[in-house]
Formats: sequence, structure tokens, C-alpha cells
Amino acid sequence: MSLEQSESLKKTIDALEENFSDHLLEVYQSSGDTFARIKSEALLDVCKFLKEKRHFVYLADIIGTDRYTSNDRFEVIYNLLNLKEKSRLFLKVWCDEQEPVLESVTSIWPRANWNEREVYDMFGVRFNNHPDHRRIFLPEDFQYFPLRKEFPLLGIPGSIELPNTTPDID
Amino acid sequence: MGLESALGEGFLTSRVDSLVNWARANAAWPMPMGLACCAIEMMAFAGPKYDAARFGSEVMRFSPRQSDVMIVAGWSTYKMSHAIRRIWDQMPDPKWCIAMGACASTGGMHRCYGVVQGVDNYLPVDAYISGCPPRPDAVLHALMKIQDKIKTEHSVMLDT
Repeated sequence: MSLEQSESLKKTIDALEENFSDHLLEVYQSSGDTFARIKSEALLDVCKFLKEKRHFVYLADIIGTDRYTSNDRFEVIYNLLNLKEKSRLFLKVWCDEQEPVLESVTSIWPRANWNEREVYDMFGVRFNNHPDHRRIFLPEDFQYFPLRKEFPLLGIPGSIELPNTTPDID
Repeated sequence: MGLESALGEGFLTSRVDSLVNWARANAAWPMPMGLACCAIEMMAFAGPKYDAARFGSEVMRFSPRQSDVMIVAGWSTYKMSHAIRRIWDQMPDPKWCIAMGACASTGGMHRCYGVVQGVDNYLPVDAYISGCPPRPDAVLHALMKIQDKIKTEHSVMLDT
């Protein structure tokens, strides 16, 4: 693999290849950032390893993506920062359309709480062992996941209630 | 007093409707419902440069019980719509509503599942203002339109 990346990222990728050779699926660069895709079952171990051994202490963001493919439709991207060596790594996992479930990383980075709730709210990806697994933006009785590609732009009429416009008469 | 000296021994006649409407039109206190960037222009409308007080909209009242005109300034999500309607319901009659800007009037650029496509879906809007955001002059214009509307209303007795 010939990648133009910093010393620190090279070290990280080498360490990942050494310790998780079975679970590391691809490593590539795009727009100057480094991406590593791993198998979803190794997510917790890899995250723990990155935080404890490679000082990726700061989880900047979690992003969900609908790839709209028949296999492994949803992608979750973890935006990780190594504050000691000032390097950034994007960690990717894919999950299935039928039962999109991942392990929650809240035990490693507590701030993942709201980000994971957002990914759940928008894409319906569930996170095991999440301390507060609810919708974050949309009403709790909302039945759809609006950032999935098949969801219509203007929503489904009547799916979110408008206020009552006739006064209550008790 | 000035008026008596000008009139001498004479008197004026009017209708109670006109008198009440004149009073109401020149004391339309706004209820600011600032939801987005339009609220900044709404502040300019109330501030000293554009000075809504010249038209009798003396003060912004942050209590719905003390206000007459609700200015919905900004985009309203479905979640927020319930709070807006609740505040509208708390305002005493007679009351009027201005939908300020493209978002409050039609949903504007927020053409998506979470934003109500126009506050007229749940509020009786009297004046719409175009613009994104509208200039404070445009808000004054809407206020004057509302004053015109108030002056045509039957406020004391309904025609039977």
C-alpha cells in the first residue's frame, strides 16, 4: 500500500494491520484523509485499541450513510482524532439493511451517545448497549427514517401531527 | 385645550367602530416569534432606525397576553408548530398574524419533511411578507397593511 500519509497515521495503519489483519477490510485515502474500513464485529476492539494504544481520544463525529446497495446498505463512519500526534482517521463499518445493528461505542467515548442517537433517528441503525436509545430530533412516535433514500423529500403526509386549530371546548 | 379652541362651541360625530378601530390600529403591539434569521430584521424593525413605535407598535411584548400581532419570523418545524399555536391561542382577541419572510409564508428553501410548508397550515395569517429575509421596511409595510385591515373591521357591533 503506497499512501502519502503522516508518520503518525502510517504507524496507526501498521498497528491496525498487525493486530486486526482479519478484520481490516480496506485502507484508502481520499481528499487527503485516510479511511479504514473494518468488519463490524471488530468495531469495539478496534476502537478500544485506537483510543488506548494510539491516543485517538477524541471522537469528533459519527456519520451515517445510505449507500443504497442491495448488500451492506448502511455505512457508519467514525471521525477520530489523535490529539497527541494531530492526526485524523475515518473508521468505517458497513451493516445490513434487514437488521442494521452495531455495537455502541459509548463505553469508549461517552460523547457518542447523541451521535449514535442521531444515526438511529435518521437511518434506523441500532446500537447495542446504548445507555439511552431513543430518537433525538424527530417525535418519538415517528415511524420512518427520513435520511433513507426511499423516504420522500417532503415526508409522508400526516406522519407528524400539526397542532389542533380548533379551540378545545371542555 | 387645543381641540376645543379650534372647534369653538361645535362638536364632532363619529361611529364607535371607527373610534375603536382607530385606537386598535394604532396600538398593535407585536408578539415576536423569532425562529431564525428573520428575527434579526424584526429587531431592526423595532429598533430606533426603523422605529415601529411610530406606527403605534410601541413595544415588543414577550407575553402573549399583552400582544395583538404575532410576527412569525423564520421557519417553523413540525415540533415548533405546537408551541407557536399554543402561544397564538393564549393571545387575547382581537389578534392578527404576520408571516414574515419566505420560510414562514411557504416553507421557503426548507423544502423537507421536518418543516411546515407555510405557517398558514395552522395559523390564520393576515399579511405575508416576501423576502429572505425581508427588509425592516417590508415589515413596516405589512404592519401598515394590518392597520388598514383593522380599520375596515366591524369591532363593536356586527351587521345583522
